[in-house]
Amino acid sequence: MWQNFPLFPDQASTIAPKVDAIFFFGLGVAAFFSLLIAVLVIALAVRYRRRRPDQIGEDEAPHDALEIVWSVIPLLILLVMFGWGARVYFQATRPPANAVEYYGIGKQWMWKFQHPSGVREINELHVPLGKPIKVKLTSEDVIHDFFVPAFRVKYDVIPGRYTTVWFQATKVGTYHLFCDEYCGAEHSRMVGSIVVMDPKDYEQWLTRGGGAAAPAASGEELFSSLACSTCHRTDSTVRAPLLVGLYGSQVQLADGSTVKADDDYVRESILNPQAKVVNGFQPIMPSYKGQVSEEQILQLINYIKSLAAPAGGATPTPAPGKKG
Amino acid sequence: MASTPETVAAAPAHGAEHPGLAHHFESYEQQRESASLGMWIFIAQEIMFFGGLFIAYAVYRHMYPDGFAAASAELDVKLGTFNTVVLIGSSLTMALAVRAAQLGRSKASAWFLIATMALGTTFLGVKGIEYHHKYVEHHIPGPSFQFTGEHHGQPVPANQARIFFGLYFGMTGLHALHMVIGLGLLLWLLYHTRKGRFTPDNYNYVEGVGLYWHFVDIVWIFLFPLLYLIGRH
Amino acid sequence: MSSEAAVAEAPHNTHRVHYLNANYGVRSWLLTKDHKRIGILYAISMTFFFAIGGIMAALIRLELATPAGDLVQPDTYNRLFTMHGIMMVFFFLIPSVPATLGNFLIPLMIGAKDLAFPKLNLASWYIFNIGGAITLYALLHGGVDTGWTFYAPYSTSFSNTWVVVTGVGIFITGFASILTGLNFIVTIHRMRAPGMTWFRMPLFVWSHYATSLIMILGTPVVAITILMLAGERLFHIGIFDPAYGGDPVLFQHLFWFYSHPAVYIMILPSMGVVSELVAAFARKRVFGYGFVAFSSLAIAVLGFLVWAHHMFIAGVSVYAALVFSILTMLVAVPSAIKVFNWTATLYKGSVSWETPMLYALGFIGLFTIGGLTGVMLGTLGIDLHVTDTYFVVAHFHYVMVGGVIMGYLGGLHYWWPKITGRMYPVFWSKLAALIVFIGFNLTFFPQFLLGYLGMPRRYHAYPPEFQVLNVMSSAGATVLAVGYILPLFYFAWSMRYGKPAGENPWGAVGLEWETSSPPPPENFEVMPVVVGEAYDYGKKAYSFPKQEAKLG
Repeated sequence: MWQNFPLFPDQASTIAPKVDAIFFFGLGVAAFFSLLIAVLVIALAVRYRRRRPDQIGEDEAPHDALEIVWSVIPLLILLVMFGWGARVYFQATRPPANAVEYYGIGKQWMWKFQHPSGVREINELHVPLGKPIKVKLTSEDVIHDFFVPAFRVKYDVIPGRYTTVWFQATKVGTYHLFCDEYCGAEHSRMVGSIVVMDPKDYEQWLTRGGGAAAPAASGEELFSSLACSTCHRTDSTVRAPLLVGLYGSQVQLADGSTVKADDDYVRESILNPQAKVVNGFQPIMPSYKGQVSEEQILQLINYIKSLAAPAGGATPTPAPGKKG
Repeated sequence: MASTPETVAAAPAHGAEHPGLAHHFESYEQQRESASLGMWIFIAQEIMFFGGLFIAYAVYRHMYPDGFAAASAELDVKLGTFNTVVLIGSSLTMALAVRAAQLGRSKASAWFLIATMALGTTFLGVKGIEYHHKYVEHHIPGPSFQFTGEHHGQPVPANQARIFFGLYFGMTGLHALHMVIGLGLLLWLLYHTRKGRFTPDNYNYVEGVGLYWHFVDIVWIFLFPLLYLIGRH
Repeated sequence: MSSEAAVAEAPHNTHRVHYLNANYGVRSWLLTKDHKRIGILYAISMTFFFAIGGIMAALIRLELATPAGDLVQPDTYNRLFTMHGIMMVFFFLIPSVPATLGNFLIPLMIGAKDLAFPKLNLASWYIFNIGGAITLYALLHGGVDTGWTFYAPYSTSFSNTWVVVTGVGIFITGFASILTGLNFIVTIHRMRAPGMTWFRMPLFVWSHYATSLIMILGTPVVAITILMLAGERLFHIGIFDPAYGGDPVLFQHLFWFYSHPAVYIMILPSMGVVSELVAAFARKRVFGYGFVAFSSLAIAVLGFLVWAHHMFIAGVSVYAALVFSILTMLVAVPSAIKVFNWTATLYKGSVSWETPMLYALGFIGLFTIGGLTGVMLGTLGIDLHVTDTYFVVAHFHYVMVGGVIMGYLGGLHYWWPKITGRMYPVFWSKLAALIVFIGFNLTFFPQFLLGYLGMPRRYHAYPPEFQVLNVMSSAGATVLAVGYILPLFYFAWSMRYGKPAGENPWGAVGLEWETSSPPPPENFEVMPVVVGEAYDYGKKAYSFPKQEAKLG
């Protein structure tokens, strides 16, 4: 379209054409019925206009069958819209298994991104063309929203939990990133760009160090610098549960309930360890609230995820009698 | 309930012939039924009003069962039980007041209203004592909030207890506010009962306030176990 | 009643006593118990709040004419759109038709002397104004910048504005809504004239009954939510702020549980008006009366089940999203039934193109567009791209302005002769209707395009490629403003110089047209008995039993 006066956004991701297709269907239904009603109303109002001042209209008997027909047919069309839209929504919100994970942090009023390699960016995110990418998002303060119109991707970024978007870019270029949940004074300036590059150019960009920011310390480095390894050892579970094989498993808690060890669980255990104490352990883990940033938590989660279970499968349990 | 044309033609003149019949009503029956329906609708919206707090309570009790249990243990269940008995008693005296008004016995009605007010005031007095205890123990959410409770030997995060107490004060506070308003309504009823205003034909206001009072009682009957009896054996 | 004797003796001439001249003086208005006067009092207050909201809208559109945020500071802009939303939603749209036309007409339409609780009615007007005054106080001291939706944790822990005071103002005004709804329900149940069965009631009354159900069941929930918000903000209890262990999405659930049904509080009364207008200006019974009546109830019930369609990308589970999307499709069907039935009413009608009918026909067209774009928003795959963009802004302005306000204006014009006893100048009224229609579409249609392009809501500054569409929208707003200002002038003019109207200037069928214009203080000199169906053109549906003129 015209550069200065676009009427339709770019399609730059694999999901964009799917969203546009259901949109055009919905638009078609809306346009059809709007035109139908407009034409009917005008035509009938003209055709049956009052010709004598005292003329009255001619009542008609209620026609239940007609009422049912013009209720059921729109309902069926709406159900088609629902089903089609639901399908697109599932596809848009379920990242493929091989999606590479980036992190995104929203805070008033900027975006901080981190590549898997550790490269960090502010307000810009460089990504390779043609690869499925998921961005794990959280906020440091209020609710924000990660919105890339050209990708047709959008999801709220919420403090205290993680949300995820995914996309696979199909066109090289630079695209708007908007914060799309009102977040205070500079909400309209919490904007940035997604820069889609050829995979070769992307690799080169990465090796050049990417942006100016220094790469993040890896999760493994943080694990030792923050002294997690003092208690969470691989050779004994006297003080703290074993973390190898933990991620994704079911954890037995002291009160008898079980919980899945997912991102939120790990994050909560770091910031508020008393909330869910593991069965058989004393509640002695200190809280790291205020001492780790959201980015560092993401790095730690990534590290813990990488601690695979030993061959044989079962998660080790604390030795009997070792109640600490 | 449409009145027949005959009734319309013989509509009461209001005023001295029919004291207490408002000018826009056709009959005492219409006036009474309107007042009754009005009060039930008001109760329905009160249920929705308290409902929001009950939803928040349900969500957080599900999320923080230990915190809620530990915080609930800090409430005085003896005082709570006493208050529950007092309030149920006041519903009895209120029902008796309405009955007396229905039978045209203003003096009896007045005494029952006084009894209801006494019991209601007792309830509020006990609540005041409980709130004072919470103040002294720094359990009121705010800058000076402190909590070091535990559940099944595990310490409970203060955040969870703070949410419990916030809901405790919110729910019992809203309830207490409704009781204060109720006491005001009872006082007003007492005044008009003494003036002989209510007759067997026209005691809508007594019935209406009675309905309101019973509703406030029922809210407490839900609040008491939810707030005081979590995890108690 | 001092007017009794006067009415029994007075001949039918210009010295007749009616509700406007029965008593004079400010006290007779401020202490009135007459539902007709209370309706007028509400109209005056609401017009004032509408003007404030309108000025905010003008400033917003002026700022958005250029991409840079160069007219006002970002902080100021945020307060402007917030206060625009609050004023328009809580202090104009929600009371608009019910508190003015509903109050005035319901007793007349069912053959009663007043509403069930006249003193409560007056109290509700005072409560409305007290809430408004408190909110205005907050506005004059800088207002609020959270958006009318008050999302946590921004509103609880980050905003430095008058959140609690504004919340208290809205809380108080909510009680006016609840009391009005309570009054209507009891009145409709208990005070219908002899022979006025449920299915002989005008559709305007049915839609107000449904609206009242939502008012009494929904409003208390937003009331308690506001109190919880205040508690969170003042004491950091922790129910909505994740920093204290709370869930910010819980706030959204509680907020939208009311605020979605609230939009049906806004539209249902206007739909009731449209039913009356279509019947009157086609001079026949609305087609499918029973279906239209029940569709109002269906909208009220289903409207309570769809709130999370405002939260599809807010962190609700995919399965919750599915449920709410399908329910949203269901709630669209009763509205479609109404539109088809109104259209079918025109068939073999005797259609005249008076000003009220212009507004009714405009409503049908614009509401259809608004409603269908709503269904698009209810479609998950579409919503994930357009939610929180100008597409949503366009959608809700189509239904609220193209719908609610058009219905309100149509009703005002239709019942103006009944309310004031005067006719307005026809040329100017039709011109204003045309200007409103054109200005409205010019303002809001481009916003659909802006939304799909990706322009977010609540943006003070935007990328330059969005400018052309924004300029079109701002130009349209200027035209729309002219269309709204014109009636202020010609309505005022008509009250002094307009042609006196007779009992039934439109030749319509309805109990309100069987009494003088303006009506007597107790609505009818002789209370009616209903012997025929609603909208019975060609037959005499009412009888006024010959008896002494008793107003007791």
